[in-house]
Amino acid sequence: MNTAEQYLKAIYVIQQGSDGPAATGAIADALDVSPASANEMIGKLEERGLAEHEKYKGVRLTDDGIVRARDALRTYCIIERFLANVLGVEEFRAEAQELEAVIDGTVADRLDTIIDRRPECPDCFDPETDACACLELTFDRAE
Amino acid sequence: MSVGHRVTSDDQLARLLQIGIVLEEVVEARAYHHYRSLDADLDEEIETLLSDAAAESAQHRERLEALIEGLGVESVPFDEIESLVEARYGRTQPDDFDGVLYDQLCNEETAYKFYDDLITAIEESDAEFSLDRAELLDTLRTIRQEEADGAREVTEIMERR
Repeated sequence: MNTAEQYLKAIYVIQQGSDGPAATGAIADALDVSPASANEMIGKLEERGLAEHEKYKGVRLTDDGIVRARDALRTYCIIERFLANVLGVEEFRAEAQELEAVIDGTVADRLDTIIDRRPECPDCFDPETDACACLELTFDRAE
Repeated sequence: MSVGHRVTSDDQLARLLQIGIVLEEVVEARAYHHYRSLDADLDEEIETLLSDAAAESAQHRERLEALIEGLGVESVPFDEIESLVEARYGRTQPDDFDGVLYDQLCNEETAYKFYDDLITAIEESDAEFSLDRAELLDTLRTIRQEEADGAREVTEIMERR
């Protein structure tokens, strides 16, 4: 997952939660970057036709942006599930955040062949816990 | 959430190497299942391809295990992954030789992409690892090359058929 996809995912989650455009400040906070960095990437997303920036309102993803964001969210859910259920990592959220930039969607697809992901994914993603709401945690496997 | 593409610690590197081991285990287990599922009507060329792929994955796994041993982290037991592949294989099983070849191509390309991203993430990091950096990169580049060769081999067979 590249940096642009991390932004798309963050914008999508905020947009869904607020039922409207995502404020630049909220995006910067979610990704722990400066507002200037967030603005720069939002500009790039606009150039690629993935987002639209409305002055004083915030950022809204285009249809293409939503597709890419949902793919990125799905990849993130796979990584979380894989870490929690296959490797038995208790700190799976923190580790998934660290690893998502290095794990590509095609790699996640392969990992997906050994995890039990729900068909409703990625709609099951809960922004409050930053994890899949249907994730069953059993840490009985040795790490 | 965080933004970045670099491997910054021994722990993160160990986890990524564990993921590499799992990917190799998935290839090994799937190759075995493909072989078994097509047992009734074997094709010698595909049989050799699957058996070589399983052997190569086992070899890659051993090399990765040697690396993570140097980081003081345990490997991922193959029998655990094999039972997970077994449990879900029916849902993702290719239904003919072309499907098996395509699945194998995905395996090789996915592994190549994984090692390529991992090598880039290590190259871009200035973190000090407990492992010898040159040796680590050398091992990963060798494996990446073998995955590229594997993908080419599958593509050639697909083109001939």
